[in-house]
Amino acid sequence: MSEACFDKIRDTFADVVSETSVAHGILVLVTEAANVFAIARVLKENLGFDLFLDVTAVDWPDRDLRFDVVYHFYSTREFVRVRLKTRVPAADPTVDTLVPLYGSARYMERECHEMYGIVFRGNDDLRPLLLYEGFVGHPLRKDYPKQKEQPLVPYRK
Amino acid sequence: MTRSVPAGHQRSAAFEYFTTKKDEFVGWARKFSLFPYPFVTACCAMEFMSVSSTLYDTDRFGAALPRFTPRQSDMLMVVGTVTHKQAPILRKVYEQMCEPKWVVAFGVCASTGGFYQNYAALPGIDKIIPVDLYIPGCPPRPEMVIDGIMKLQDKIAAQRHPIINQEF
Repeated sequence: MSEACFDKIRDTFADVVSETSVAHGILVLVTEAANVFAIARVLKENLGFDLFLDVTAVDWPDRDLRFDVVYHFYSTREFVRVRLKTRVPAADPTVDTLVPLYGSARYMERECHEMYGIVFRGNDDLRPLLLYEGFVGHPLRKDYPKQKEQPLVPYRK
Repeated sequence: MTRSVPAGHQRSAAFEYFTTKKDEFVGWARKFSLFPYPFVTACCAMEFMSVSSTLYDTDRFGAALPRFTPRQSDMLMVVGTVTHKQAPILRKVYEQMCEPKWVVAFGVCASTGGFYQNYAALPGIDKIIPVDLYIPGCPPRPEMVIDGIMKLQDKIAAQRHPIINQEF
C-alpha cells in the first residue's frame, strides 16, 4: 500500500526532487532549499500529509553546503512517512518557514534555530525555547566546544 | 577555631560544660527532626520515592515528612540533574530556607553532573550552593541513601548549634 503512495509522491515531485530513496520504510526526498515550502504545501493539501512531525538539522562541518535541514511528515490517511531533506550553506543557513501550513512548526523551528542556527524566514518568533536568553552560539553544531559552560548563576569561590 | 567569651561571662569550666551539653542536646534533637525539601528534577526521583516510602522508610531516621515549601524545611535534597537553566531556581530555593539547613546531593548528577558533561547541565550543585553530603550512584541504592542520612545525622550531632546568639 505504501509503495503505491510512494510512487505517486515520486511522480508528483519528479521535476523538483534531485534524489529519492526509501530508508526504514520512510520515503526520502532531497531538494533545493527554495522548493521546500512548495513541496510541503503539495504534501499537505494534495497528498494528505496532515501531520508535521519534526524539523531538525544535521551538521556536516567539511561540506560546502554545511547543513542538512530535515523535515518529517506523516499521513494519518495513508499511514506513511516522508522525510524531506535540503542543504543550506553555513554563510546563509536560511529556509522558508512552514508555519503558514503547520502551526506546530513554530516551536520546532525555534528549537532548530537555537540548536543549529538555521534561520526560518517568515517565523517571527525565534526566541530560545530550551536554552536561555543570553546563550551564545549553537550547541549542537560540531564546532561548539563540548565542555563549554555558560552558567546563569555565578560559580562559588 | 577559638571562641570568644561573651561579655559578663568568664571562661569557666562550668560554662564550657554547659554549652557543650547544650550543643549535644540540640544536635540530638535536630538530627531526628529533618524536614526534607525534595528538589526533584530527574530519574533519581524513583529511588527517592522508594527510599522514603514503606519498604525502606526514612521515617525511622526522622526524615519522613517532605515539606513542599523551602521555608518550612531544613534538609534540601537535590535529586537529579540540574541544568544551567534550572540553577537560578535552585539557588533561590536554597536562599529561602531558614537556618539551620543542610544540603544533600542525591545521585551522581547532582554531585558532579554525572555523564552530562555538556552545554546544558550544571557540573555539580556545589558550584552554586554549599553541599553537606554527597550520595553517589546512578541512581543510589536505598541503602546508600540511608547510610548518607545517618552520616548527615552524625554531622549534625557533632555540629555547634548556636541558638541564642553566635556565642552561646
